[in-house]
Amino acid sequence: MIEVRNLVKRYGGHVAVDHLSFTVEKGQIYGFLGPNGAGKSTTMNIMTGYIGLTEGDVIVNGHNILEEPEEAKRSIGYLPEIPPLYTDMTVTEYLRFAAQLKKVPKGEREEQIRRVVELTHLEDVTHRLIKNLSKGYRQRVGLAQALLGFPEVIILDEPTVGLDPKQIIEIRDLIRSLAGDHTVILSSHILSEVQEVCDQVLIINHGKLIASGSPTELEQRLAGSTLSLTVKGEDAQAVHNLLSALDGVTDLSVSPSANAGELDVQLSCHRGSDVREAVSSACIAAGIPILMMKSADVSLEQIFLEVTSDDPAAQSGEDAGTEAAAGPDAPAGDAPEEQNTGADQTAAEGEEEQQ
Amino acid sequence: MSAIFKRDLRSYFSGMIGYVFIAISLAFVGIYFMALNLINGYPYFSYTLASSAMFFVVCVPILTMRSMAEERRTKTDQLLLTSPVSVGAIVTGKFLAMAVVLAVPMVILCACPLLMWSAGAAGIASDYATLLAMYCMGCMFIAIGMFISSLTENQVIAAVVTLFVLLILYMWDDLLNFLPTTITANMIGCLIAIVIIALLLYLMSGSPNLAMIVAIIGAVAVIAVYFVDSSLFESLLPNALSVLSATAVLDTFAFDFVFNWPGLVFYLSVAALFVFLTAQTVQKRRWN
Repeated sequence: MIEVRNLVKRYGGHVAVDHLSFTVEKGQIYGFLGPNGAGKSTTMNIMTGYIGLTEGDVIVNGHNILEEPEEAKRSIGYLPEIPPLYTDMTVTEYLRFAAQLKKVPKGEREEQIRRVVELTHLEDVTHRLIKNLSKGYRQRVGLAQALLGFPEVIILDEPTVGLDPKQIIEIRDLIRSLAGDHTVILSSHILSEVQEVCDQVLIINHGKLIASGSPTELEQRLAGSTLSLTVKGEDAQAVHNLLSALDGVTDLSVSPSANAGELDVQLSCHRGSDVREAVSSACIAAGIPILMMKSADVSLEQIFLEVTSDDPAAQSGEDAGTEAAAGPDAPAGDAPEEQNTGADQTAAEGEEEQQ
Repeated sequence: MSAIFKRDLRSYFSGMIGYVFIAISLAFVGIYFMALNLINGYPYFSYTLASSAMFFVVCVPILTMRSMAEERRTKTDQLLLTSPVSVGAIVTGKFLAMAVVLAVPMVILCACPLLMWSAGAAGIASDYATLLAMYCMGCMFIAIGMFISSLTENQVIAAVVTLFVLLILYMWDDLLNFLPTTITANMIGCLIAIVIIALLLYLMSGSPNLAMIVAIIGAVAVIAVYFVDSSLFESLLPNALSVLSATAVLDTFAFDFVFNWPGLVFYLSVAALFVFLTAQTVQKRRWN
């Protein structure tokens, strides 16, 4: 459906998108996730042909966006970060213009406008000037514009920004209902939103693809925190028995270390359970000195924490009501501006916790 | 293209700009019409038109200032550029919308020769030919204004720069009178022109070698010509630059009663050039 190969975008010396490659399959909902400035909007702007690329290829529906821009653009509907609205027009006038611009056949225009107005719940404001509409309504007019022509690919750059909680739920439902017939790509910096709506998630930071997969796969990755230990001792079996008895340990391997008299231990544990304390007390109780203990892999959470570490809200995100005891599983990137966006998010926000 | 054309045309008349443009144009020409034709009894409306062409300098910036700049500022260019429409078609649609707005006062002015004719003698043919020439000149100015608007996001800057450029163009012939006509001065002028061309080449191509080669060849050629036949340089620059005069064509229509076909082609080809340059500016920005 869409193939992005080795995409590079440089602004002078600044690399906005750095050798990004991914493929988008038909009928699924893709989520672009990343903190602000990660290159999400730039990538979307390139995919839709708004800006050029420095290197690489973007193939939409078999058409290269550079070589056959009109064919490629015909199969894309795009809602940019700031809805591209002519504020001196009424909603109907604007949608009529957009339909004409997208070369919707004349006979279908009115019917399509009626349908997108219905889908985005704009019925009450169709005769009002866009300049008099609130941000949420403007966002929905922009969304209606992107849906016009019902293109095969719909690209939405932060579609729920500025909407109230009820509208967010409506828009999410709408996006889900579009899947199947349409491929939807949306960007967000809210992990919970992407996890809820998307079939596939692409995590981007500093213009690079860090991780991709279905939310379940990613969750497993998020969950799978692995500890790496070095303990003193010769008896691998005894250490194995000791640690495997601990609550929350799912996988364990004990092997002799390169240094004589030491053992290397790899230990995986469940999401939401921190076994470090239990491991150390168990070892001490059994008289096995721990020489080294560290978290073995960098989880997505840690990546998010790292990139958002300049955000004070992320640092102070202790939440008393959290159900995850030590769950490094929500992005700290949910900055305060998201906290008013609704009940459906507060649960996810609650998971936000500092290690 | 037709979608953009219709939208732009409607927006000129849903806001103030279209009406302001038409009103100022008509008022300006109307004052001249009253003074020259009605009160003083000149039988030629074409004189009036050529004398009042100054109004373009004021009115065209009003019309063109927001054409491209506003789209960029409000990010609506994102809608246009991600639609299945080529940049050329977008720019042409916008240009044609402005050309239609310009046609409104021109059509209204068509009544003036008839008014004079009903009261006595009038040079109907030359009057209408001059109106046509004036319209073509206006289209050229609009294309220039649109190009300047595409260089900035700020309407005010677009308007001021356009006003300045059109003023220079309007006064072109008078300004050329200040250029020296002596042989040596013109030769030096040619050398300066070659340096400027070489600099532009360097800026566009980024290749210092190419610019150097062009500068050296140009300079050698100029000096060689100077030693072979220095009389060629007499008044060379004023003569060469006077080709670009914007009002000369209009004056041949208005004062000499000549239907200057090449002049109309000149107006329209300069207009086409600037429409093309506008499209190139939009394209170029997408790649930076």
